[in-house]
Amino acid sequence: MRDFLGVLPELAVVLTALLAILVDIAAREKNPSASQGVTAVGLTVAAALALSLPTSNGMLMSDQLFSDGFSAWFRALFCVVGVITAIFSPLYLRHRNIRLGEYYSLLAMSVFGMMVMSSSANLLLFFVGLETMSISLYVLVSLRRDDATSVEGGLKYLVLGAFSSAFLLYGMALIFGGIGSLDYAVIGEYLRQSHGVGPMTLTGIGLLLVGFAFKVSAVPFHFWSPDVYEGAPTTITAFMSTGAKAAAFVGLIRVFGVALAETSEHWTFALAVISVLTMTLGNVVAIRQTSVKRMLAYSSIAHAGYMLVAVIAGSREAYAAAGFYLVGYAFMNLGAFGVLMLINQRGKGDYSFESLRGMGTVHPLLGLTMTVFMLSLIGIPPTAGFFGKLYVFSAAIKQGYLWLVIIGLLNSAVGAYYYLKVISTMFMSKAEGEVQFGQPVAYKAALAISSLLIIILGMFPEQLVTAMLKAVP
Amino acid sequence: MLLTLCIAIPALTSLLVLLVPRTSPGLVRVLALAGSLVTFLVSLSVLSIFKVGEASFQMIEKVPWVPSIGADWHLGVDGISLFLIVLTTLLTVLCILASWHSIQDRVHEYHFFFMLLEAGMIGVFAALDLFVFYVMWEVMLVPMFFLIGVWGGQRRLYATIKFFLFTMAGSVLMLAGVLYLYFHTIDPETQRNTFNLLHVTAQSSYSIGTQTWLFLAFGLAFAIKVPLFPLHTWLPDAHTEAPTAGSVILAGVLLKMGTYGFLRFCLPIFPEATLEFVPWVSWLSIIGITYGAMVAMVQKDMKKLVAYSSVAHLGFVMIGMFALNQQGLAGSLLQQINHGISTGALFLLVGVVYERRHTRLIADYGGIAKVMPVYAALFMIVALSSIGLPITNGFVGEFLILVGTFASNTLYGVIATSGVILAAVYLLWMYQRVFYGKLIHEANQKLKDITLFEATPIVVLIVLALWIGIYPDPLLVRMEPSLQLVLEKFQQVQLSQLQGVLH
Repeated sequence: MRDFLGVLPELAVVLTALLAILVDIAAREKNPSASQGVTAVGLTVAAALALSLPTSNGMLMSDQLFSDGFSAWFRALFCVVGVITAIFSPLYLRHRNIRLGEYYSLLAMSVFGMMVMSSSANLLLFFVGLETMSISLYVLVSLRRDDATSVEGGLKYLVLGAFSSAFLLYGMALIFGGIGSLDYAVIGEYLRQSHGVGPMTLTGIGLLLVGFAFKVSAVPFHFWSPDVYEGAPTTITAFMSTGAKAAAFVGLIRVFGVALAETSEHWTFALAVISVLTMTLGNVVAIRQTSVKRMLAYSSIAHAGYMLVAVIAGSREAYAAAGFYLVGYAFMNLGAFGVLMLINQRGKGDYSFESLRGMGTVHPLLGLTMTVFMLSLIGIPPTAGFFGKLYVFSAAIKQGYLWLVIIGLLNSAVGAYYYLKVISTMFMSKAEGEVQFGQPVAYKAALAISSLLIIILGMFPEQLVTAMLKAVP
Repeated sequence: MLLTLCIAIPALTSLLVLLVPRTSPGLVRVLALAGSLVTFLVSLSVLSIFKVGEASFQMIEKVPWVPSIGADWHLGVDGISLFLIVLTTLLTVLCILASWHSIQDRVHEYHFFFMLLEAGMIGVFAALDLFVFYVMWEVMLVPMFFLIGVWGGQRRLYATIKFFLFTMAGSVLMLAGVLYLYFHTIDPETQRNTFNLLHVTAQSSYSIGTQTWLFLAFGLAFAIKVPLFPLHTWLPDAHTEAPTAGSVILAGVLLKMGTYGFLRFCLPIFPEATLEFVPWVSWLSIIGITYGAMVAMVQKDMKKLVAYSSVAHLGFVMIGMFALNQQGLAGSLLQQINHGISTGALFLLVGVVYERRHTRLIADYGGIAKVMPVYAALFMIVALSSIGLPITNGFVGEFLILVGTFASNTLYGVIATSGVILAAVYLLWMYQRVFYGKLIHEANQKLKDITLFEATPIVVLIVLALWIGIYPDPLLVRMEPSLQLVLEKFQQVQLSQLQGVLH
């Protein structure tokens, strides 16, 4: 019974996925937005369930699932990301003439995969969650079948995704060979007991690291992500860059920060190098982009680099900081893509900086929300982005990684340039012609709530900080 | 409560401005003026209850903000920040007045950002918590970015992004420094790490190597703001492109954040590193003084000329501070206020003719003293106070600075003194070319003289300039005890170094 209660949110999400496709079949003609409504409501319920269920820091399903605060927070976050994506979707889908009932169902299924990833206590189960998420995403990315970039993105994602899954799987197999278990707790216990790691386990850890680096799009395994992010429908890009990335990070924290913590001497430096490369390359290449969508894709790589700093620091505080960062990042990046999709409605069909011209002058409120998202991405107080960065970097300094923090901070200054370019194009150049956006109320509300949340989290971070500290595994 | 009010009133006003209907920009102006006036009055009451002769912080307010990391909403004033706060609130009122007619475009947003800027600036000066300080330091950047970028001149985009990136580059390293200090300071009550500036200052005892790094991390951010040569290149661009009120605030207050930062953080927390850096900072200041003055001399644009003169003036402020004696420090702090008054007034004056002719080129004027006699007179007084003529504020400040500099190093003193002469040259030469000679240009024949509305802010500043010039004592007695406290740090350091040599 306790097991059943514990996975109630997951059950709700699966049910939502089923209902979404059934409702679409039944009511497609009469009410085309029915399945959207079902998905939004279902995921909201699941989020509420995830947050309201008691977390006992215990285990569920014969020790296969964690039932701790961390999984509660992130399961809720994935559902919320799903809800916001669902709210953003119809406008975009209509604009692109995509009429697919399975869209929302797949969305819910990938949310389910993320939830499993974040609470699994076993490498195999983690892999199942990852594949559930990824396979849904492979379809969603290549949804615009008439568009070559979308198909290219989908194919790239599929091939490289399968490639990285293979790395993960091979790594897991080697760890199983070396240690004899895939269970995080057993692996952790074995490593604590035995002194030194065998070559087989070590190779396994290396392969896992590569696999995870692929999944969080860290340099040098990032090649897929700009093309996939650009090719995917923008709603899915927003969804992937926040939800899928957060899920991979929670997995990374659980596997490397908890299960493999004893072996940290073997991989910390490698991870630090990856982190430096990731943030630097992400930022430098983002500067050169002319498409805002592609710029956000590269900046998302840079942010993965900042978050890796928390994994490297490896303290409870650092993980709490990563949690805070991921929550804040989800809202700012979703919001940024949300505004971007609206601007794209102007019919130019591109995401160039040009299409932003004068947007803030004509629509001051929309411009203001975008400004909040951009400032938060830069890390200007009082926004969630600032506090997230401060919290991650301070945890890293405490662990003695001052040099890494200084590189990270310099990178943030570089990043400021391209985010500022968005703001300055919106407000400081003239609009060409009248701009009209048909925005549904829910869409506006989602944007407004995201930007308000970002400011509130930036001004009063205490609640979430203490909650995250308590939730850390 | 008073200090929180000083930050809260402008912040609330900025939000209220957004609620005013789009159709009534007049109401926005009235609201902003009212908000800034009330803030000014509150800051005056801070001034009036400030206890003379006390060196430590007064009117301390402390409320937990983010308890889990030990950050408090912690404010207070001492002799160093007191007048900078009053200067900020006064200049904001005058700037709102100066924008009354000149800002017709997007009035709501303009005043929203201006009031937000005021809240941030006061926050920087009043913060006694490193976290609050850093937040306010960054918060201020955004309104200034918009003020230059939206309401600025032709090359505003380039100028505003340059301004933002320069400041940002400096402040990110400062954040690393802030975090380092945070992890090496323990709150005696809670036994946890704290951002409390009082504890940070009291507990600071870092090795000379660490101090050097920390001095560089903080000092770079401050030096960019000051701006110290060669980090000054953002300033002429930002100054020239900003709208009049933006230039006034930029020169009057924002630059002072750099010098204030040196006084508040670098000197008391890293005294040994400060001693090491004296020659570096002094030489860079001297280059700033002479280079700034010489570049100002050849400017064709009046606003650019005033902007480069700021580089020179701030060089004086820095060299006085790094003389590290009572006169030098007092002169440096006084000159920070004076520069805000005189240069603020100069920018306002340039704005007056720019409104009429939409050009700031010196060559486009000439002989306009004939058609604008009152304007010419006001300009003369302000220019003289900027040059530092006796009985004006500039004289008192520069005199103290030079006395202090000579006392610490004769060579620095001699070169810096020559800078005073250069200042007279560029300002008077410009004055001569603009106001005297023949009225050559047709368009200048019918120039209207300065109106009462335009003159009011300038007259207020002139009165202050003369008052400080004649009777600076009320300012000095409030500043000196706090400055003495900073100096004692150095005397201790020097004493212990001396003892080290003797043993």
